[in-house]
Parts: sequence; structure tokens; C-alpha cells
Amino acid sequence: MAEVIHAQDRRRLLTLLGPAYLWLTLAVFLPLSAMLFFSFLSDMPGDAPDWGVTLGNYAQFLENPTYATLLWKSLKLGVTVTLFCIVIGYPCALVLAKSIKGRAREALFLMVILPFWSNSLVRIFSWAIVLRGNGVLERTLNWILPVDIRLNLMFTTEAVVIGLVHSYLPYVILTSYLALQAIDDDLIDAARSMGASKLTILNRLLLPLSLPGLLAGAVLVFVPVVGSFMEPRILGGRMGTYYGTVIEDQFVAVYNWPLGAALSFILLAVVLVILGAASPVLRRART
Amino acid sequence: MTKGLLSLSLLALTASGAFADEIRVLNWQGYGTDLGWSLEAFEAATGHTVVHEYFNSEQEMLTKMRTNPGAYDVVLINAAYTTQAYEEGLLAAIDTAAIGNYAGIPANFAEDPSLMHEGAVYGVPWTWGLTAIAINTQAFDEAPTSLEVLWDPAHKGRVSIRDDAEEAVHLGALATGQDINNIEDLDAVEAKLKELMPQLRTFWASENDWNQFMAAGELDVASYWSGSAARSAGMGLPVEFVVPKEGAIAWLDGLSIPETSEHKEAAAQFIDWMIDPEFYVKWDAEGAPASANADAAAALPDDAFNKRVLGDPEVVKLAKFRAPMDDATRETYLALWQSLKAAQ
Repeated sequence: MAEVIHAQDRRRLLTLLGPAYLWLTLAVFLPLSAMLFFSFLSDMPGDAPDWGVTLGNYAQFLENPTYATLLWKSLKLGVTVTLFCIVIGYPCALVLAKSIKGRAREALFLMVILPFWSNSLVRIFSWAIVLRGNGVLERTLNWILPVDIRLNLMFTTEAVVIGLVHSYLPYVILTSYLALQAIDDDLIDAARSMGASKLTILNRLLLPLSLPGLLAGAVLVFVPVVGSFMEPRILGGRMGTYYGTVIEDQFVAVYNWPLGAALSFILLAVVLVILGAASPVLRRART
Repeated sequence: MTKGLLSLSLLALTASGAFADEIRVLNWQGYGTDLGWSLEAFEAATGHTVVHEYFNSEQEMLTKMRTNPGAYDVVLINAAYTTQAYEEGLLAAIDTAAIGNYAGIPANFAEDPSLMHEGAVYGVPWTWGLTAIAINTQAFDEAPTSLEVLWDPAHKGRVSIRDDAEEAVHLGALATGQDINNIEDLDAVEAKLKELMPQLRTFWASENDWNQFMAAGELDVASYWSGSAARSAGMGLPVEFVVPKEGAIAWLDGLSIPETSEHKEAAAQFIDWMIDPEFYVKWDAEGAPASANADAAAALPDDAFNKRVLGDPEVVKLAKFRAPMDDATRETYLALWQSLKAAQ
């Protein structure tokens, strides 16, 4: 019966889906295809009269080991930041969803989301103020502790990780919270009545049931972190050169859009391959 | 100023009648041409209004000229790029007879091979300056005289240079005693820069960045521009500009008129206004680079940085002017710099 769609139904379907597809075409498909087109050009058409189609931009990635080194460095950064986000965010979500009730939960929830409403650049600059030499953090520590402490955190890889974890933590907390919230409290009571310890409940009940939410959060963190450029640039100093910053350079500083576009699509492809390889795990988590 | 105003208004009356044009200027933001008080005075004198558009890199400036014919009347071009713009047919020959203050520009600037082609002038030298190093005077008892201070282990982790491939390679060339416009041993430069990387605290990107790092006490010594150093010192930062004995990278900025400009006479008047000594003295009080007009430089008070330091013949001898660079060399430098940064 479902195969036979009446003309009237089809029209209704079209009018209902139309705006969404139009939006997708305008906002996602067109800019992306323009970038894909640029990535195959030798020069931007406005720049040089003798522009042509080439694979050279993609070949540069293979010829110059710098790009592969940086991509590997960015992927490692993505894994590190995602792990920290999970280790910090999941327990937060667990406490929010299962231990705290009523007004206190709302207040805490607001505090988790609040930083999210501020501009990310502002957040990163505040971290710069906190972390830099003789900054807020060092002064506070020196005020509390008798010994003179020089953390030298600013312009290190650690500073980049701190800034990124803070920026992306709400994703993990929110997705995990939603998944944990959906677990019926009666299930936990039942497990407890049968003598399950807290650890068993976590391992065999809460974690498997909330895994889809946790993994969704992890993907939401991992993908943008691999391409991040603003945070490493501001907090990383001389350590802050990553794949994302090199792409940014191509667009902003060197004005080599074709190469920047090609590097972006290589990143997109690598991320898709990683997610594809992880999809069996993701699918199992869903069932 | 009255004499300048009078001559300009006379010029306006004779050259273009009383027609008021709208001149469109393409420049870096906040770089001399867009000072409010100066534009008001210019409009009062000539009747022309000035509108600005800005660029963030030389490549962007060239692209804007190529893609928007007729949109600009005056463009600021670093002399290292003027030849390229000329060869692409983007620039118009400038009638220097219409620019009264042109006579004050010494021959070494006026006849710069980048600005003069086949006997015609394609860029009027406007400002120049040095890229060398500036120190935090609190970190040094005595100002260093050599570029080697960047490599000094005593300042490890308290050094910075700009995140710019050309500048980094040029600094490396100076430190290894090579000609910045004809680097023969690029491997030596790379090795030298590799030694520099662990010394660095961070890279700086803008004048504002630089001032913040210095104010926070993060740096002892960093590469810097002469005009910016004067401004930073003027703001009260403990900063002193040092021209090392190995030399300093010098740049020359010129003002050019695009071939497609529709207000060439008004544009020439604006250029004349920009190299006017009276304008320059006022601009210098707010922090300006050195003027290419000798009359303007001479009109400065004796304690002005641009007269005291950049007017010193010994310093001028150390200035190594940047020659035009082809795209292949630029890309080689960029690849070298990126691989050095990626290895961190």
C-alpha cells in the first residue's frame, strides 16, 4: 500500500519537504560543491587568466610530508580532547541525570550551557588571561601556596587541550545527559534489589544503555577539534601549528584557495573514513 | 599648513576646475591615508572626498585590483610588489609634475628600479621602515648589537618572531650573513631557523599582539617594525628598537594610481597631500613610519624616533631593501617555514 503514493500525497510531500531540501541545497550543497570545484583549480579564476583544472593540489598533500605530519598531529589532538571530554563530561552527566533533582539540577544545567552562549573567541581569550605567565592561575596558586610556582602553561600543547576541552565539553554532557535521562529509574532499583553493586550497575546497565548518547557526543567533539585552528593559534604559540591552522593560512594569509580547499576535502575524507571504520561500533551501540 | 593648503587649492582650481571627485583608496587599515583630520583638511582644500577600502595581505591587494577595474584611484603597494603590478598592466604612469612635493624625494627612493619602469614613475615613494628587533629594556643592562641575541640561551623561551615565512627566512639569511634578496645557501638558513624554534615563546601576528606580550612580560626580545616600536615606546612600554650589525630588512611603500582609475588628477593631488611635510609631521606625532620625502623627514623635531634612529646614516647603511620576489621563491620559503613549524 505504501508504494502507491497518490498524486495529492506526492504534492503534499513536496511542499512539506521542499523548504528543507531547498535550505540544504543553498546552505550545504552549493558552498561545498564550490569548494570542491576550487580544489581542482590551478589558480583562482579571478587571480590568473591562465587557470586550469588540475590534481596538483591533492598531489601536494602526498608530495609534502608536512601536511601528513600535521594531519596526524591534529588527529592525535582530536583523540586526546575527546577522551578528556568523556572522562570529565560523562560523570557530570551521570550526576546531573541520576543524583540531583529539582531546582538544583536546573541551576547546574544552566551553568553547563552558559559558557556555550558566549562567543568561543572570548572564551579562548579568557583562557589566555588565566594561563599566561603571571596570569590569574599563577597568581592564585602563589597566593595560596608558600612556594613560588611557575606553571608556564601558556603556549604549550596542554594549553590547547585545556581550551578545547572546555569549549567542547557541553556537547558530551548534553548528549550523555539525554541518554541517561531516558533510562528508567525502576531498572536501577530492580538491579539494586537483586544485589548489584554500584560498579555493576554502571558497567552493565547505565553505560551500555547510554552509549549511543556518549558516542554521539564524542563524534560531535572529535570532528571539529581535528579541524580546529583558532584555539591552537591563540593558546599554542609555537606549538600551535596544526592541520587546521595550515588550511586557515592558505585562505587568509597566502591566498591559495585551491590548496586550502583540497586540504579541507582531504580532512573531510579522512574523518569520514575514521567514522566509517567506527560505524560497526556505533551501530552496535544503537541496538 | 596654510602654504600647503593654498598651493593645493590652487592646484585643485587649475588642474581639475572646481570638480569635486570621490577618490577611492586601497590600503591597510589605519595606515596614514585614513586619518580623519587629514581627510577633512584635504576635502576643505580640494573639494575631493576620500573613501577607503582595506586589504589584509599583498596578494589580496593585487587580486582586488585585478577583479575590480575602475574601483580604485590610489593604491598603496609595497615596492617589492610594484613591478609585478606594473607587468600585469595594472598601473598608470604618474605625472610627477602635478605632484609638487615629489621634488623632495631623494633619488635613491625616487629612482628605485621597482617604482620606475622605462623612465616613467609607477609609484611615488611614501614611507619606509625597517624590520629588525626590539628589546624589553628591563631584561637587558645593555642593548644587544647582534642578531645573535635571538639565539642566546639566556633568553630561551622569551623570544618571538612574526609568523611569516618571508620574514623568518630573511632573518635567517641576515643571521647567516647572506644577501636577503639572493639567498645562496638556503640549507644554512633552515638549520639556523631550526635552532631558533626552541628559543621561541610564541609567534606574534599584529602590533596589538606584540604590545600585549611585552606588557605581560612574556618576552625579552622579538622581531619588530621600526614604526611600531616607536609607537609602542610612545605608549609607555619599556621597548627599544635595535638595528643589529648584521643588517635589517628594509621595506619601501609607494602610492600608485591604477590604470583603470577615473580620477587620476584627483589621485595625484591626494598623493601630493600624503607626501606633504606638514601632513607628515602631524602624522609622525601619532606614530608613523619614516617618510621617503627628505623634506618631510627634515621637518621633524630632533627627538623624533624617525629622525633620531632612522635618520642616522649608520643605520641607513645597514638597511637591506627587499627586492621583488617571484612566486616560486615565495612558495619555497613558505614550504620551508611550514615544515619547521610542523616539526614542533
